Amino acid sequence: METCPSVKNILLLDSEGKRIAVKYYSDDWPTNNAKEAFEKAVFNKTQKTNARTEAEITMLENNILVYKFVQDLYFYVTGGEDENEIILAAVLQGFFDAVGILLRGNVDKREALENLDLILLCIDEIVDGGIILETDANSIATKVASNSVDAGAPLSEQTISQALATAREHLARSLLK
Amino acid sequence: MAQPFLKKDDDRDDEEYSPFLGIEKGAVLQDARVFNDPQLDARRCSQVITKLLYLLNQGETFTKIEATEVFFSVTKLFQSKDIGLRRMVYLMIKELSPCADEVIIVTSSLMKDMNSRTDMYRANAIRVLCRITDGTLLTQIERYLKQAIVDKNPVVASAALVSGIHLLQTNPEIVKRWSNEVQEAVQSRAALVQFHALALLHQIRQNDRLAVSKLVTSLTKGTVRSPLAQCLLIRYTSQVIRESGVNTQSGDRPFYDYLEGCLRHKAEMVIFEAARAITELSGVTTRELTPAITVLQLFLSSSKPVLRFAAVRTLNKVAMSHPMAVTNCNIDMESLISDQNRSIATLAITTLLKTGNESSVDRLMKQITNFMSDIADEFKIVVVEAIRSLCLKFPLKYRSLMNFLSNILREEGGFEYKKAIVDSIVILIRDIPDAKESGLLHLCEFIEDCEFTYLSTQILHFLGNEGPKTSDPSKYIRYIYNRVILENATVRASAVSTLAKFGAMIDSLKPRIFILLRRCLFDNDDEVRDRATLYLNTLGGDGSVVETDKDVKEFLFGSLDIPLTNMETSLKNYIQNPSEEPFEINSVPREVKSQPLAEKKAPGKKPTGLGTPLTGPTPVGDTYERLLSSIPEFASFGKLFKSSGPVELTEAETEYAVNVIKHIFDRHVVFQYNCSNTIPEQLLENVFVIVDASEAEEFSEVGSKPLKTLPYDTPGQTFVAFEKPEGFPSVGKFSNVLRFAVKEVDPSTGEAEDDGVEDEYQLEDFEVVAADYMVKVGVSNFRNAWESMGPDFERIDEYGLGPRESLAESVNAVISLLGMQPCEGTEVVPSNSRSHSCLLSGVYIGNVKVLVRLSFGIDASKEVAMKLAVRSEDENVSDAIHVIVAGG
Repeated sequence: METCPSVKNILLLDSEGKRIAVKYYSDDWPTNNAKEAFEKAVFNKTQKTNARTEAEITMLENNILVYKFVQDLYFYVTGGEDENEIILAAVLQGFFDAVGILLRGNVDKREALENLDLILLCIDEIVDGGIILETDANSIATKVASNSVDAGAPLSEQTISQALATAREHLARSLLK
Repeated sequence: MAQPFLKKDDDRDDEEYSPFLGIEKGAVLQDARVFNDPQLDARRCSQVITKLLYLLNQGETFTKIEATEVFFSVTKLFQSKDIGLRRMVYLMIKELSPCADEVIIVTSSLMKDMNSRTDMYRANAIRVLCRITDGTLLTQIERYLKQAIVDKNPVVASAALVSGIHLLQTNPEIVKRWSNEVQEAVQSRAALVQFHALALLHQIRQNDRLAVSKLVTSLTKGTVRSPLAQCLLIRYTSQVIRESGVNTQSGDRPFYDYLEGCLRHKAEMVIFEAARAITELSGVTTRELTPAITVLQLFLSSSKPVLRFAAVRTLNKVAMSHPMAVTNCNIDMESLISDQNRSIATLAITTLLKTGNESSVDRLMKQITNFMSDIADEFKIVVVEAIRSLCLKFPLKYRSLMNFLSNILREEGGFEYKKAIVDSIVILIRDIPDAKESGLLHLCEFIEDCEFTYLSTQILHFLGNEGPKTSDPSKYIRYIYNRVILENATVRASAVSTLAKFGAMIDSLKPRIFILLRRCLFDNDDEVRDRATLYLNTLGGDGSVVETDKDVKEFLFGSLDIPLTNMETSLKNYIQNPSEEPFEINSVPREVKSQPLAEKKAPGKKPTGLGTPLTGPTPVGDTYERLLSSIPEFASFGKLFKSSGPVELTEAETEYAVNVIKHIFDRHVVFQYNCSNTIPEQLLENVFVIVDASEAEEFSEVGSKPLKTLPYDTPGQTFVAFEKPEGFPSVGKFSNVLRFAVKEVDPSTGEAEDDGVEDEYQLEDFEVVAADYMVKVGVSNFRNAWESMGPDFERIDEYGLGPRESLAESVNAVISLLGMQPCEGTEVVPSNSRSHSCLLSGVYIGNVKVLVRLSFGIDASKEVAMKLAVRSEDENVSDAIHVIVAGG
């Protein structure tokens, strides 16, 4: 019996139901056509609802679907029908807020596409093969937006400002201990 | 760039902003060559990888060659020190899921990263490597993974633990060696590490009930920090509770206190998980339920839709088994009917319909009427089904509920929705006599303007059965005849049949029906004309008004008690073997075939290497009959009543494999022994079975048919026939010995020696039991069949079955004892239920129809009591069924 809470997919669609970034963890939708059909059903079922202040929820094809919208971005998390709804909502909220942090508050489709690498990394940091890795938005965002240069590389390869940033971080870490 | 400003709000312009506009696979693959530059531009490389990932994400696929090329050039990027780029490389490798010989290329780079000082590298390299690795590589990196599990960086530890959970599916023996490290990680101060460690530890030990129980016992006492880990622990605790059962003496349930304590946790997900776990406990008491219901009730008025949904969905389930426990929440539920979220509103309504009492029905119906207009069909179906069960619960309220159903029937809706309504009305008409007339009229009105052929024909059929029994049948004729005038051929044909049924049942209507039927003779559709002609003839439409005799009524109303698949096979056979004789419907076997099951079972029992399976494709039904009637000794036995499935008389993998099929005739039984010789060096001759029937007193042997030769690997049959009292279900035990002459065979030439040696081989005993005299014949509507059978030969008695394993086991035992066909899915016993009703039907020897209603009950000490009600066409048979049960 699979008792570990699990996520079947994470979807980020635009205001026409088109894919921005999606990740499936379950075999329920084996082909791209099946995935697209599911996304279409998801979008048709939810597009008229108001999921802008609080996350909304519904059932679809024996799955629980939690979702939240902002601007022209539609965030979805799907889980099995026996899943704890509140856990799925926590995953959604983590995804939603982390994207907000990563896009520095400019959360819309254009910004998301221009920073698609961040969005993809963000999804990668939230769920691994269906198992929840992290739901705290700040932790997720921190992991995605780590410095652009290997901190372990020799200092000579870093620019001055990056070196300063690393130094500050080192300082801060030692203070915290 | 100026253009976008001109029409900034246009949708098409938005797309022009997309960095991926006009992206094309070929060009991006071309771009990927930058990965091979000696001077890597990290930014540029990241962009290209993003583009590749975008393409994959949009459903684009790479050919094998393309994927390999991209993979190889991506591996070059490990040279760069840029963290952002490295992250994208990790992601890309996971997406490409390289094949084994490609994995080797990146293994060393990833292993280097696994030992890097950078936490992020370690964490991601572990995840990537474990995702793409196979078992052989895993042993090489196992040491590092064990270290990583106890790494002080929580991200690294989680990465290793989660990878462990995935790897456990493919390489359990390796992951199980990590228990010590995982155990240590369970104590981690980092919330998520604890969660992942607990999940892995449980999966490693899940088959060891004692270990799981210990784990739960120790953790429920300690402090589990992460809410997610707490949820897991609740799930594991419920599992332990389920397996340990209630302590029946004190009524206390182990770990209940822990679950109840979790209701006061600060995280909502934990509170909910605990509340749900409590409601799902098997045999939960009201006292145990109350605290859980209370927290769920608080969730009902939460501002968060997710909480409201979770609570109402759980309460909805509770209401099915414990409606009274949920009534406290009714006021909160009622306010949810107007919830913005339609899923929540629907769940609230259906819950209310389950918990509501008789007095609240009218008010509820009023609220629902407003609600129905603005929800989708799928929700409406749920509501209709809830209303149907409510109506069956409060039959006195049928008037308002029937009105509601007829109102929504008139509104727009799709097929599934209309079907749900029609089905509900039909069920109400069947079960609530008072509702019949109004219900039928609603259905009549519906078919006046019904776009679904299927529904029209179903309603017409139903109308034909029920309409003539009403006080004023003539009022339905107009609706039916309108169909003949207005509808398509399928509906017209259906309407003709319905008219005929009215004509058959009500003599006063007959002349008028005949006029209508004669008009149908000029229909432009064959089927309609044929039906009209047929009915005019059977009803005596040549003008003479005679009372319709029983046979005609049987013909019109009787259900086809032959399985359609058997009918189809017989008809196909008939067409393939042209004959002068008309098709005889009585020749169609009535037995419900369970052949696929038998066939599946058979090959598994055979020793491998045997060319032909022992029984071959098991011949059933009419094939047996043909086989037996072709044997002169048995040709006079008459019609075959039933053939049993094969009963094995030898162990698997023995020298000779034998099974027996019991053929039951009215005055005889024939045992067909299917024999198979599995020794290549032997040829068996003159094979027959000596049957000792000393423990089967009512049987006397009347003949046998030996098998001349039984070569290796070619199955053959030998038969023994017995006489028994006519039409009487004689039972007995038979012991068997296989006799034969063995001849040695030279396997190289295949020639047998001349001299044979007499030998015998002991077979196992078998019995002829009462169930052998019962043919499984289903009925489509048990209630109707039961009522039309009447209580004349009803026999009811109660039996104690003693302590049994479970209710389901008892039900199955009785079904197989009687050998009857379970009807309407009643053989399935819902888990946790304490009582169950089961409906069976069959035909007993002598072609006597038998119907059985079984009611079971089980108490806490697993004592099962059973009430058995039998109706049949013969009181001796009804008694015989009781004798079978009493003897079993």
